[in-house]
Amino acid sequence: MSAVSLERGKTAPVAVWLWTAGLIALAAAAPFFLYPVFLMKALCMALFACAFNLLLGYVGLLSFGHAAFFGTASYITAYTAKVWGLPPELAILVGVAVAAALGFVFGYLAIRRQGIYFAMVTLAFAQMVFFFCLQAKFTGGEDGIQAVPRGYLFGIIDLNHPLVMYYFVLAVFLFGFGVIVRAIYSPFGQVLKAIRENEPRAISLGYRTEQYKLLAFILSAALAGLAGSTKALVFQFASLTDVDWTMSGEVVLMTLVGGIGTILGPVVGAFLLTTMENYLAQAGSWVTTIEGGIFVLCVLTFREGIVGVIAPYAMGRGARPEPPPEEIQVEEHEVEKLRQAAGEGD
Amino acid sequence: MFEWLHIAVPPAPLFFAQLLVGLINGAFYAMLSLGLAVIFGLLNIINFTHGAQYMLGAFCAWFLLNWAGIGYWPSLVIAPIIVGITGIGIERLLLRRIARLDHLYGLLLTFGLALIIEGIFRQQYGSSGLPYTIPPELQGARNLGFMFLPNYRAWVVVASLGVCLATWFVIERTRLGAYLRAATENPILVRAFGIDVPRMVTLTYGGGVALAALAGVMAAPIYQVSPLMGSNIIIVVFAVVVIGGMGSIFGAILSGFGLGLIEGLTKVFYPEASSTVIFVIMALVLLVKPAGLFGRTA
Repeated sequence: MSAVSLERGKTAPVAVWLWTAGLIALAAAAPFFLYPVFLMKALCMALFACAFNLLLGYVGLLSFGHAAFFGTASYITAYTAKVWGLPPELAILVGVAVAAALGFVFGYLAIRRQGIYFAMVTLAFAQMVFFFCLQAKFTGGEDGIQAVPRGYLFGIIDLNHPLVMYYFVLAVFLFGFGVIVRAIYSPFGQVLKAIRENEPRAISLGYRTEQYKLLAFILSAALAGLAGSTKALVFQFASLTDVDWTMSGEVVLMTLVGGIGTILGPVVGAFLLTTMENYLAQAGSWVTTIEGGIFVLCVLTFREGIVGVIAPYAMGRGARPEPPPEEIQVEEHEVEKLRQAAGEGD
Repeated sequence: MFEWLHIAVPPAPLFFAQLLVGLINGAFYAMLSLGLAVIFGLLNIINFTHGAQYMLGAFCAWFLLNWAGIGYWPSLVIAPIIVGITGIGIERLLLRRIARLDHLYGLLLTFGLALIIEGIFRQQYGSSGLPYTIPPELQGARNLGFMFLPNYRAWVVVASLGVCLATWFVIERTRLGAYLRAATENPILVRAFGIDVPRMVTLTYGGGVALAALAGVMAAPIYQVSPLMGSNIIIVVFAVVVIGGMGSIFGAILSGFGLGLIEGLTKVFYPEASSTVIFVIMALVLLVKPAGLFGRTA
C-alpha cells in the first residue's frame, strides 16, 4: 500500500523535528489543561498506532492482529506487577519481551503470505491469542486483572501521583516514537520502503527481504507491547478488550484517519479517535457504527489521511511535487487499446 | 491400544453428537469460505462484510417470521435474495469505486461496512440471541442406534452439501461458470470478447453474499439469531480459507467440512483446545505449504 511520506527524497527532516519539538512542548503543558488519564490513554494508543504504522506505512504489511501484542503485553505487565510484585520498569520490560517473542513467532509464519492473506493470517493468530487469554487461568477470564499497582519507578518515583504518571507515559511514548523515527530514517528504514515499493526489485538488489520484514514485524510488535504494558499501568487494569479483534481494527482506523505512512499521522488519528470515544461513551454500540462509517468514508474519499493532506503545506511546500503513484489507470487504458484493436472503439 | 495416551474415550453417543456438531460447523465454514473464494476470485477483495451478511441472513429470516409471518421455507429463498440485493448495492455504490486501488483498501472498506451493520444491530437487539424455532416438518429426532440424530441438523448437513455441490457445478460445469473462471484469469481479455465483466462482478458479489445469507438462515434455528454471530464465525472462516487456499472451489468445500470435523473431534478429546485448533492447523500449514493445501502458489 503506497502512501504519502512526510519526507521528500532523503532531505533531513528538519520540519519534522520542528513540529515534533512544538508538539512535545504542547504535550508537556497539556495535563494542566486536560484530564491526565485521557491524555495518557491517547498517548498509549498513539504509540500503538505508530508501531502499527511502521509495518503498514513503511513495509506495506497490513497486520489485522496487532491487538495480540498490545493485549498480551498488557496482561503480562499487569500480572507480573501484581502477582510477582515486579517494579513498573521491569514489569513493562517483561511485557515488551513477551510481545517481541510473540511477534517473532507470528511474524515468522505470517510473512510467508502477502497482501490480503497476511492480514487474514495475523487476524487469525490474534484470535487464537484472544481465546488463549479467555481460557488461561492467569488472565482472570472475563474479569481481567484488576487493581494492578503502579508502584515506584526505579524504586523511588511514586507513579501513583497522576502528573508523575503522565510524564512517565509521555517519556515512554517519546522513547517509542523516537525509536520508530530513527528506524524509518535509517538505512534499514530505506530498505523497508524499497520492499514496500517493489519487493522483487529489492530481492534482486541482494536484500534478504524476509529478514527485513521479520525484523520490522518484531520491532512493531515490541512497540505495540510497550504501548499495551504502559496502558495496563495507567488504568491499573488488563482485560479482554485489549486483545479483542476490535482493538486491532481500531488501530487500523487511527492510522488510516491520521495518514498511513506519515510519521505524525497515527498520533493525530489516535488523539482524534480517543476524543471521539470519550464523547460518545454514552452512545453504546453506535460508536461501532460511527467507526465503521469513518472507515468507509476514509477509504472512499480520504485515503491520505489528515496528516497526509496537511503535511505538504505544513512542510512549507504549497503544492505536492508528485501525484501519488499507486492509483493505477492502466487497466482502463489497456481495455481501450484492445477495443481499438477489435475495431470497436471510437 | 491407546492407553498410554491417557485420554478418556467418551461414550459413543457423546462422541457422535460432537462429531455432528463439528459437521454442522463445517457446513457453515464450507458455505462461507465458498462465497469468500468466489468473490475473491473475481473482485480480488476479501469480503470482510461476509460475517455481517451471514448475520443479516439470519435476521432477515427472523424479521420475515416475526413481522410478516413468513416461515422458514420461503425465507430460505427470500432472505438470500434480499441480502443479495443489498450486496449488489454495496458493489455498485462502494466497491466499484475502489476496484483500481490496492486490494487492502477493499479489506478496509468491507471491514468498515461490517462494523456499521454490526453496530446497528447490536444497538437494536443487544448481544444476546433471539430464538428462531425449527420448522415443524423438521422437529424431532430419529434414533440411529448409536446416537440420536435431530432431523433439522441432518437437513442442514445434507442441504449445505447440496448447495456447495450446486455452486461447484455452476462454476466448473456451465457456460456462465466458464465465463466467470475466464474473467478471474484475465478480465481485460474477457471484456474484449464482448462479455460484460462489470455486470458479472456485480452479480458475483451479490451471489456470494446471498450464499452467506443462506447459511445465515440455515444457522438461525441452530445458533440463536444474534448480532455477534457473524464476527464470531468470520475469523475462523478466514483461517479456513488460508488453510485451504482460495485456488479451488472443491478445496474450499473440503477444508470447510474437514476443519469443522477436526474441531468437533478436538472438543471430544481435548476440549480446551477446541477454539484454537483451527488456528494451530493454520500455523502448521503455513510452515509446510504456505500457499494453502489446495492453493496455487501466490
